[in-house]
Amino acid sequence: MKAADFRTPRVGIDSVEHQGKLYRHWERPEGVWGFLGSVDHKEIGIRYIVTAFVFLALGGLEALVMRMQLAGPNRTLLTPEQYDQLFSTHGMTMIFLYASPILSGFSNYLWPLLLGSRDMAFPRLNALSYWIYLASGLFLYAGFLTGNGPNDGWFNYVPYASKAFNPGLNEDFYALGMVFLGISVTVGAANFIVTAFRTRAPGMSIDRMPILIWGTLTASVANLVVIPAVSLAFFLLWMDRQFGTHFFDTAGGGQALLWQHLFWIFGHPWVYAIVLPAMGMVSDGLPVFCRRPLASYSLVALSTVATMILGFGVWVHHMFATGLPGLGLAFFSGASIAITIPSAVAVFAWLATIWLGRPVITTAFLFFASMIILFVIGGVSGFMTASVPVDWQLTDTYFVVAHLHYVLIGINVFPVAGAVYFWFPKMTGRMLDERLGRWNFWIMFAGFNIAFLPMHLTGLLGMPRRVYTYNDYPGWHALNLLTSVGSVIFALGILLLFINVAKSLKGKATAGANPWDAPTLEWSLPSPPPPYNFAVIPTVASRHPLWEGRLDESSKRSSLDRGLLLDQGKETIATSALDAGPDMILEMPQDSVAPLVLALGLSGLFVGLLLKSWTLTALGGVVLTVALFMWLWPRRDLREREAEAAHV
Amino acid sequence: MNASPLGYLNAAGTRAHSILPLTWFMLLVSIVVCLVIGILLWLGIQRRKVRGAEDLVRVPLTHDGNGVQWIRVGLIVSAVPLSVALVWTMFVLAAVAGPPVHPALVLDVTARQWWWDVRYNGNGPANSFQTANEIHIPVGQPVLVRLHAADVIHSFWVPKLTGKTDVIPGQVNQSWFEADSPGRYLGQCSEYCGYQHAHMQFEVVADTPQDFAAWTAAQLKPAQGPTTEQQTRGLALVQFRCGLCHQIRGTDAGAVMGPDLTHLMSRRTLGAGTLANNAGNLAGWVEAPQELKPGSQMPNQYLSAAELQDALAYLETLK
Repeated sequence: MKAADFRTPRVGIDSVEHQGKLYRHWERPEGVWGFLGSVDHKEIGIRYIVTAFVFLALGGLEALVMRMQLAGPNRTLLTPEQYDQLFSTHGMTMIFLYASPILSGFSNYLWPLLLGSRDMAFPRLNALSYWIYLASGLFLYAGFLTGNGPNDGWFNYVPYASKAFNPGLNEDFYALGMVFLGISVTVGAANFIVTAFRTRAPGMSIDRMPILIWGTLTASVANLVVIPAVSLAFFLLWMDRQFGTHFFDTAGGGQALLWQHLFWIFGHPWVYAIVLPAMGMVSDGLPVFCRRPLASYSLVALSTVATMILGFGVWVHHMFATGLPGLGLAFFSGASIAITIPSAVAVFAWLATIWLGRPVITTAFLFFASMIILFVIGGVSGFMTASVPVDWQLTDTYFVVAHLHYVLIGINVFPVAGAVYFWFPKMTGRMLDERLGRWNFWIMFAGFNIAFLPMHLTGLLGMPRRVYTYNDYPGWHALNLLTSVGSVIFALGILLLFINVAKSLKGKATAGANPWDAPTLEWSLPSPPPPYNFAVIPTVASRHPLWEGRLDESSKRSSLDRGLLLDQGKETIATSALDAGPDMILEMPQDSVAPLVLALGLSGLFVGLLLKSWTLTALGGVVLTVALFMWLWPRRDLREREAEAAHV
Repeated sequence: MNASPLGYLNAAGTRAHSILPLTWFMLLVSIVVCLVIGILLWLGIQRRKVRGAEDLVRVPLTHDGNGVQWIRVGLIVSAVPLSVALVWTMFVLAAVAGPPVHPALVLDVTARQWWWDVRYNGNGPANSFQTANEIHIPVGQPVLVRLHAADVIHSFWVPKLTGKTDVIPGQVNQSWFEADSPGRYLGQCSEYCGYQHAHMQFEVVADTPQDFAAWTAAQLKPAQGPTTEQQTRGLALVQFRCGLCHQIRGTDAGAVMGPDLTHLMSRRTLGAGTLANNAGNLAGWVEAPQELKPGSQMPNQYLSAAELQDALAYLETLK
C-alpha cells in the first residue's frame, strides 16, 4: 500500500456506472496469468482453504493407516520405520499444513469483508504468503513421498534428529521445510496486523471489531514473536547436521535441552495461534444463531489477548519430566493452571449467549455449540497435565494424545466445519444442504467422541505415545479397537462435508446476500462479493451494522449505502489504529506474478540447500532477486513516478 | 483396569502413592466440570430452541442482559477447584520432587536404543556388577537411580512406583522410588527414541531383604563354565560371535555394546520386554532378532542349526 496524493475522497452512493468503474480497476484478467497473478484476498483465501483441506484429507488418511496398525496388539501392517514417518508426517500435516493455514484462509477471505475494506493491507504479500505455504507444503511432502518424511515426531527432539542417529534426508527435508514455511507465516502475520490496525472502515473503532479479528490479530502477534525461535531452532539443527556445528551436540558442548526450549517457546503459543481464530469464529457465528449479540463482548476480546499473554509463559509444561529444578516447574505449573481463567471467560460467554438468546438449530449452530463442550473436555485434561506431579504420570501416554486431539479437533476442526456451513453461502452464493449437514455433524461428533473419549482411559491404563505396536495388556485391545472404529466414523463425517460442498457447487446460487440474517458487514454484500468488495466504503456506528435498527441500542446508525466512493484507481481507505478515523487513501497494487516468481525462487533455493547444490541455491537466489525487482519497481499505478517528478 | 501393568491409577510405591489423591481429585473435578457444562449447554439449547434455518429471519432479535453475571459466577466457581489444585500441586511437588537423603541403594541406569543397562555400585569393583532390563531392589527402602543417556533421549517410567524422568544426553537426571510390597513392576521408555521405542521395557523387581541379598550374591558371581562338550563348543562360538557386543563375566566375551549376558537366564524377558525368556524364544532371538524387533541394534546371526544348538546349550547355563 502507498499513501496517494492529497485529495479529499468523494462521498456518494452506489450506482451502475460507479460499479463499472470499480470493476475496471479491480477485476483481474482472465486466464492462467490472471489466475497466477491474482492478489485478491478472496481468491487467496479460498486457495488457502482448499489447500488446507487437501492436507487435512492427507493427514486423515495417514491417521487411518496408523489406526489400522493399532487396531489390535502386535499387528504387523506397518514396519516401525513406516509408522514413525506416518505419525510424524501426520502431526506435521495437521499442525502446520492444515490447522494454521485453514484459519489463515478464512481470515484472508473474511477480514476485508468484516472490516469494510477492499483488500488486505498488503495484497501482494498475501499472495506471497500463500505461494510459499503451497511450495513449502509440497517440499515437505516431497520428502514423505520419497520415503524421507520426518521421523522424529512433529516436535523433532534432538539428538534423535541429529545426523548421528538420523543419517537420511528425512530431517533435512523437515528442517528446511519448516524454515521455508516460517517465511509464509511471518509475512502473513505482518499483513494481518497492519490490516487490522489500519484498514478498518471509518467508525469501526477497536471495540467494534468482530472477535474473529481479535483472534487472528492476537495469533498473528504471537506468530511474529515466536516463529523466529522455531525457524532458528530448525536452522541450527540443519547446521549441526550438515556443517558439524555443535548447537545441540552434547559431545561438542551443545545442549540437547536447548532444542526443547526453542521449540516449545514457539510450540505452545502456536497451539493458541491455531485455536484463537477458531474461537473467534464461534464468538461471531454462534450469536447469529442465538439471535442476539455475543454476551460480554469486551471480556471475550480481552480474554483472547490474555490467553495469548499467559500463553507465552507456559511452554515448560511440555518439559516437566526433563529434570528442571522444582522451583521453575512450580512457576510454569501455576501459569498453566491460571490460563484456564481466560478460557473459562469465553466458555461462559458462549453459554450465556445461548441461554439469553433464542437458539436456532442449524448445522453451523451445532458445530459451533458442540465446540463448547469439546473445548471444555480438552481444557480440563489440559488442567490435569498442568499439575507437575500428575503430569509425570500423564505425559507421553495416550491421555495426552486424547487431550491434544480434543484441543485441535474440538477447537479447530469443529469450528472450521461450522464456518464452512456459515460462510460457504457468502463465498459461493450457494447454501450447503442442511439435511446432509445434520448427518455430517452427528457422524463427525459421534465418530470423534467414540475415537477420542475412551483414549483418555487408554492413557490412564498406561499406553505410551508413539509406539508402533503394543502388547495385549488388559483393556488396551478393546480401547484401541474402539478408537480405530471411531476414527473411521469420524473420517466418514469429514467425507460428508466434502460431499456436501461438492453437491452444492453444482447447484444454483440462490443464497442471497444475507441468508442467516447476520449482523456484520460481509453480509451486506452480494454473495459472492464483487472483486472490489464494497462499492462504497461503509461507515460503521456499532458492532452490528445490520442489526442496529432492530436492536436499537443507540441512536447512531451505520451508513452502508452512502460512503467513500474511491473510484479513481484501485483504492481503499486507511484509518487510524484505535478509533478508525479516516486517515489516507491507499493505492492498492495491481495483480502481479512477482509473488509467485519469488516463491519459485525460494523453492529453488531451498531445494538447492537440501541437495547441497550450490548452483541451484544460487540460481534460486537470482530468481528471487529478479522477483524482488519486479515487485519493488516504481509503478505509475501507485503514482510513485508522479511523486518523484513533483519533487524535481 | 487395575490389571494393566502400566496403569497408574493404582500405585505400589510411596512416590506414586503421594500423587494419586491429587490425580483423582483433578480427574473428578474434570469430569464434574464436563458434566456441568454439558448439562448447561444442553438445557440452554433445549429451553428456547427454534428448529430449521428457514425460519431464522422470523425469529426476533433479543438483547436481554450482557451475560456478565454468568462470567462472574462461572469464574468464582471455577476459581475454587483451580486454587485447591494449585496449592495441592505445590505440596505434592515439594513432597516428591527431592531425592531421598539416605537412599538404601544407588543405581546407575543407562538408557540405550533400545534397552536399559543397569549398574550396581558396591564397595569396589569386586562388589559391583552390571545387568540389563531388570532392576532388583529391596522392598520398603528408598532407591535412587542416576539416569544416563548413551545415545538419544529416553524416559524412565515405572508407573506403579514413580512418574517419568527423562534421560537426556549431557546431563544426569535422578529418579527415586520405594516399593511397598514385593513384586514385579513394569517400566517403559516413555520418550520417543526411534524404531523400537515400543519395545524398550524393563522390570523393577522388589525383593524381600533376604531375596535381594541372595540375588545380589548370585549376580556378583562370574558365569559358570561349560560342563558338556556341546556347551564348550557353544562357549567358543558365543565368545567369537556374541562377544563382539556382549559381556559374559568369567569368559573372553567382554564388550559393552549390548546387555550383559552373565546371568541372562535369570531374567524374565528378552530384547527389553520384547519376548518372554524361554528356550524357544531365545533360539528365535539369537537367530533373527530383526524379525522380532526390527531395527534393533542386534543383527541376525545366520547360524547353522548345529551352531545354534551349541550356542543355546551354552547360553542356557547362564543362570
